[in-house]
Amino acid sequence: MNEARDSVFVVKDLQKTYNGGKIVALDHVDLTIDKGEVVVIIGPSGSGKSTLLRSLNLMEFPTGGQIFFDGEQVLDRHVDVNRYRQKVGMVFQHFNLFNQLTVLKNMTLAPQKVLKKSKEEAEARAMQLLERVGLADRAGAYPAQLSGGQKQRVAIVRALCMDPEVMLFDEPTSALDPEMVGEVLDVMKELAGTGMTMVVVTHEMGFAREVGDRVVFMADGQILEQGTPREVFEHPKNERLSQFLAKIL
Amino acid sequence: MLYDSLIDKFKDDFIEKDRWKWVLEGLRNTLLISMAAVLIGIVIGILIATVRTTYDKNGPSIRMKSPVAFFFLRVGNFLAHLYLTVIRGTPVVVQLLIMYFLVFASASDGVMVAIFAFGINSGAYVAEIFRSGIMSVDEGQFEAGRAMGLSYLQTMIYIIIPQCFKTVLPTLCNEFIVLLKETSIAGYVGIMDLTKAGDLIRGRTFDAFLPLIVVALLYLIMVVVLTKLVGRLERRLRKNERGA
Ligand SMILES: Nc1ncnc2c1ncn2[C@@H]1O[C@H](COP(=O)(O)OP(=O)(O)OP(=O)(O)O)[C@@H](O)[C@H]1O
Ligand SMILES: [Mg+2]
Repeated sequence: MNEARDSVFVVKDLQKTYNGGKIVALDHVDLTIDKGEVVVIIGPSGSGKSTLLRSLNLMEFPTGGQIFFDGEQVLDRHVDVNRYRQKVGMVFQHFNLFNQLTVLKNMTLAPQKVLKKSKEEAEARAMQLLERVGLADRAGAYPAQLSGGQKQRVAIVRALCMDPEVMLFDEPTSALDPEMVGEVLDVMKELAGTGMTMVVVTHEMGFAREVGDRVVFMADGQILEQGTPREVFEHPKNERLSQFLAKIL
Repeated sequence: MLYDSLIDKFKDDFIEKDRWKWVLEGLRNTLLISMAAVLIGIVIGILIATVRTTYDKNGPSIRMKSPVAFFFLRVGNFLAHLYLTVIRGTPVVVQLLIMYFLVFASASDGVMVAIFAFGINSGAYVAEIFRSGIMSVDEGQFEAGRAMGLSYLQTMIYIIIPQCFKTVLPTLCNEFIVLLKETSIAGYVGIMDLTKAGDLIRGRTFDAFLPLIVVALLYLIMVVVLTKLVGRLERRLRKNERGA
């Protein structure tokens, strides 16, 4: 790894077990994510991709190892989790928009309650972001009135309203009808273009190739291989990776 | 003949000495006690339900992050259990009598005491309503709130509880209807509620028929009207969900 680049995340020897150690979701994972990098995580079901991602914003509390964010240890009881999470945006497979709130309210709730922004300030920022993804005219709509693709675009800009330093995506297009995948990937592509640091769990190999700076392959809670999309897709060294690629490509 | 005597009795029961005012006051007290009690019940219910669902769902993760917070949560959960067991395990009349003669023995305002007694009683049932309501909200809603940096409490207040209010509103109205009828025992501690008013008139005029029938009809009208409203509300909520 290039030491001169600023690392956003440094993950060392991360472990996560469930049921008192019977289930190992993360098995001594080491990973560094640099500023502005787009890292794509791939791997079979149950390999620990979500657990790794959710550990990064402390939605899961790892059972061992360390996570440094901008050089600071975050797995410490004294870290203010809510403050930390402002800097790490997350987009979910099932969008998780707040059902009872309009698109605009979805986007202004946390900025108002957490960042203590004024209503006007929060709304101005939200409208600006909605404009960017072509959904300004749906600001007053409720989530149930949107298509899947629109929901996910809103979910992305909702996370951006907190001005995070990193964005985490957990299979953001897996719950979408095929014809809506493109619009969401386009938004993510544009976001990557602005220099946002992104960690993306996805099965969209086209996206990984085109936008990813690095592809990380996980299996059984471990990172078995990582490299540029070219290296990983065209010259896989690990046997499990070859098998995995053969299945999905 | 029968008709004339009925008119006479009616005059004697309700017009004479303005006894209709008793009925009115009884009705007022019945409604006041039921409404105030259900509000207290909602406050207690939300608190208890929040403690219980937090313990059930997030206990293990809270235990890992902060043993101190977990200790308090555990104590809270124990107290909640105790409250639910006692309230649901004893007759409401006994609770009312205990409130009136033991807990608030020095209080002069019986209506106030009844409001507390029925409120505390109702809280146990409302807590279970809210608990199932909170459990029915998709876990993803909670995760999204927390992931955006909202605290546990903020997520509950701004996201989870408003959503579960919508699902439990009809059940909550039914709880009010139940309470409306249950308060008819308020006479036990000398409160002039609707039932007591009818009974007082019966004692004065020695006519049991009209006063009790009128009281019964008044309850029935209120319950039928409220039930209709709840049904309409349920349909509206369901339509919102579909139309949305
Ligand atoms: N709350 C939990 N309790 C017990 N086991 C869990 C829990 N969450 C995850 N696991 C287990 O941890 C392992 C890793 O799960 P994880 O969800 O991270 O996999 P994944 O790579 O994201 O899979 P998928 O592609 O299906 O989303 C799995 O074996 C899973 O069953
Ligand atoms: Mg997953």
